Amino acid sequence: MGLKLFISCDEATTICTKNQYKEASFLEKVKLNIHLLNCKICGLYSKQNTKLTDMCNTHLQKPDCEQKMGDADKEALKLKLKEFGK
Amino acid sequence: MSEVIKHTLDPSKWVDAHSDYLFNYTITRVDSQELAKDIVQETFFSGLKAMKNFRGQAAERTWLISILKRKIIDHYRKINSARGKAEVKVNFYEEGDKKGSWLEERVPQQWGNEAEKNIENTELKGTLDNCIQNLPEKYRTVFLLKNVQQYETEEICNELGITASNLWVIIHRARHQLRKCMEDNWFAK
Repeated sequence: MGLKLFISCDEATTICTKNQYKEASFLEKVKLNIHLLNCKICGLYSKQNTKLTDMCNTHLQKPDCEQKMGDADKEALKLKLKEFGK
Repeated sequence: MSEVIKHTLDPSKWVDAHSDYLFNYTITRVDSQELAKDIVQETFFSGLKAMKNFRGQAAERTWLISILKRKIIDHYRKINSARGKAEVKVNFYEEGDKKGSWLEERVPQQWGNEAEKNIENTELKGTLDNCIQNLPEKYRTVFLLKNVQQYETEEICNELGITASNLWVIIHRARHQLRKCMEDNWFAK
């Protein structure tokens, strides 16, 4: 049987991270939950990882305006392109 | 009969017509403004060099974007081989009986003062931003593409030329480092 239900802390925390983005598969979630039954450290990590997601959702937002190149940069770039084209 | 439009290139108008668009596209994917400007410039140079290969099937901007995408992947290849490795601390035993178990010094600690340290706090945002700035470039970019730009996993993989398992390893390590950084600089105080 290739099915491995018991995983290491490294694997468990990776699944926990995937789960923060709702991208862990059903089997992965089963493995994670089995691991969490026995591992308090990963339990704490899991809780804090969720909190980290909350912090990011609260504080990190897309900049709402487009970022532009400055006019001076554009002029310099035009000159360089002209030079290059010669 | 449908008429096929033949697109043309006009390099003298590239900067005015496309530089903002290309720059905005690049800035969300690389580290700094300076780097983004350099990549846009290189894209125009490569475009000039490759003009004779342009067959008029794509619009000018689409064609330039395809060059730009290659440049961004090249940039990631470069930092990957040069200094992308071993910059993030290891959290687990890498071999032996304990392979995959927590290293003692990396075990998460209780965040004692969680209750009084509300996550809405604007000072927390400062600490979080600092912690993100301290991540190695590759980790920061992938993390921000996923968390802030909210790109699909597949999209990020295509754009940066990495596999999905690469991506999860990167995000996993980035989040370990962020958690630790917030523990040391926010919750421990």
